[in-house]
Amino acid sequence: MTPGNAGPDGAEQSGEQPAEPWARPLPRPDNVSRPFWEAASRGELLIQRCPSGHRQFYPRAVCTVCGDDPEWERVSGRGTIHTFTVIRQNHARPFRDELPYVVAMVELDEGVRMMGNLTDCPLDEVHIGMPVEVHMVQAEPDVGVPFWRPAAAGTGTKGATA
Amino acid sequence: MPDRAPVIVGTGLSDYPQAPHLDGVQHHAQAMQRALVDGGVAKGEIDGYLDAGGGGVMIDDAVTMAEYLGIDHRFIDGTMTGGSSFEFHVQHAAAAIRQGLCDTVLITYGSDQLSRMGRGLGTGGLGRGVKRFPGPQQYEAPFGNSLVGSYAMAAQRHMYEFGTTSEQLAEIAVGVREFAGLNPKAMYRDPITVDDVLGSRLIADPLHKLDCCVISDGGGAIVMTTAERARDLRQPPVYVLGAAGAQTHWNISQMPDFTDTAASRCGPVAFGQAGVAPADIDTIQFYDSFTITVMLLLEGLGFCARGEGGAFVKEGHLRRGGDLPLNTDGGGLSSSHPGMRGIFLLIEAARQLRGQAGEAQVPDCELALACGSGGWLSCIGAVILGREHP
Repeated sequence: MTPGNAGPDGAEQSGEQPAEPWARPLPRPDNVSRPFWEAASRGELLIQRCPSGHRQFYPRAVCTVCGDDPEWERVSGRGTIHTFTVIRQNHARPFRDELPYVVAMVELDEGVRMMGNLTDCPLDEVHIGMPVEVHMVQAEPDVGVPFWRPAAAGTGTKGATA
Repeated sequence: MPDRAPVIVGTGLSDYPQAPHLDGVQHHAQAMQRALVDGGVAKGEIDGYLDAGGGGVMIDDAVTMAEYLGIDHRFIDGTMTGGSSFEFHVQHAAAAIRQGLCDTVLITYGSDQLSRMGRGLGTGGLGRGVKRFPGPQQYEAPFGNSLVGSYAMAAQRHMYEFGTTSEQLAEIAVGVREFAGLNPKAMYRDPITVDDVLGSRLIADPLHKLDCCVISDGGGAIVMTTAERARDLRQPPVYVLGAAGAQTHWNISQMPDFTDTAASRCGPVAFGQAGVAPADIDTIQFYDSFTITVMLLLEGLGFCARGEGGAFVKEGHLRRGGDLPLNTDGGGLSSSHPGMRGIFLLIEAARQLRGQAGEAQVPDCELALACGSGGWLSCIGAVILGREHP
């Protein structure tokens, strides 16, 4: 389902180029979220941490614990599947053409969770606790989107999986 | 000193499960008319109005509907917590009545979801057709999750942590379907078995089609007033003994613990207000958007220990003839689910406490608990109703 490895366009960006134009819903970056999406387009995964050390995702204008100003923190891009589902019915395009696919909550090694898709993994091997790592897909200039694949799969493997 | 204990005195359902002759606003209007007739209350008596809106394509928020219905209110509340809005409304209305902010409250809901939008809602993902998502949804929308998928992730985690099985979840759907068989208006009435549930296709693993609620049209209305006023009205009073709500998150990716809902926070508050315990409850009307929703509410409210929901449901408590019958109108799983089902839970609880539930009547029903779940297991509201004055 994930866009495979594409050509050299956008060589200055490290996100994988979609084989086809990005047809999924896009974020509407705002002044809080823009650094996250821009970093992802450079292959970096950012979360927030406030001066007192509270980490959070999604990015906000305040720390949800203490109300302080959060700062950006680059994280490893490694985590585990906290929970997941296999979506087998979705009438909305383009997802209807990509069924079935995995939606997962990934718990980062740094402690916060984010939603994403698991790729490069047979459906019957997906399990809670599975180590995963991030890979970025370029959705549009300055917007990279994090996807996840099994950590053991190495870094060179790309391509479609159900 | 007038007796200002809050009482449900009138209830009404609009036409369901399929009503192409009504739009969302008309569901509100028809349900109101029926609730007023049911309670023997004149429309002009209403001086408090609560409405969550969100019923369909038409605008039906509280101020719009107060104008449309012609409500001259001293108290208005548009609290919107998703499908549990109406449990929160009862909490707020009860407080307003006790405080004398108003005397006679109307709560309405209406939706033409099935006739207007068809059945794709639950699996169409967020905001079908929208290209760009602002705010928190920008971190979910690119990934093609569905409404069903959100609950499926809770079910998957529950299975992982506690060994819960699809068979156990299916038991919930089977029991609710049995009650639907007693409701001539229910969308699906033929009995089903656990194997039928497991044999229905997977929508979002591990949830099958029959683990999911139906999609229907429908609306409801509730009239509340003081115990003092209720003495002169035509229906047996249904007392609000406890009402509490809590929120853990809104968007599913922010759920702090996928097997623990806000029921574990608001349940003890509602039971404390009512001075009763789970074992005292005679029937439960739970938001059964999905089978897992019921299991999480059972555990959260303390009807069984956390993680023991699977074993609990297999013991048959929730069945017709059990000691804790669930969703005696056929629930969202089999009867009706117009999008935000919380008001029907209260209406069915009232029907049971009045002793008007016909074949589905729970014997000696004195205490009922209605528990709504709104959003994506996000906002839980619990209301304990009884037929004796507190």
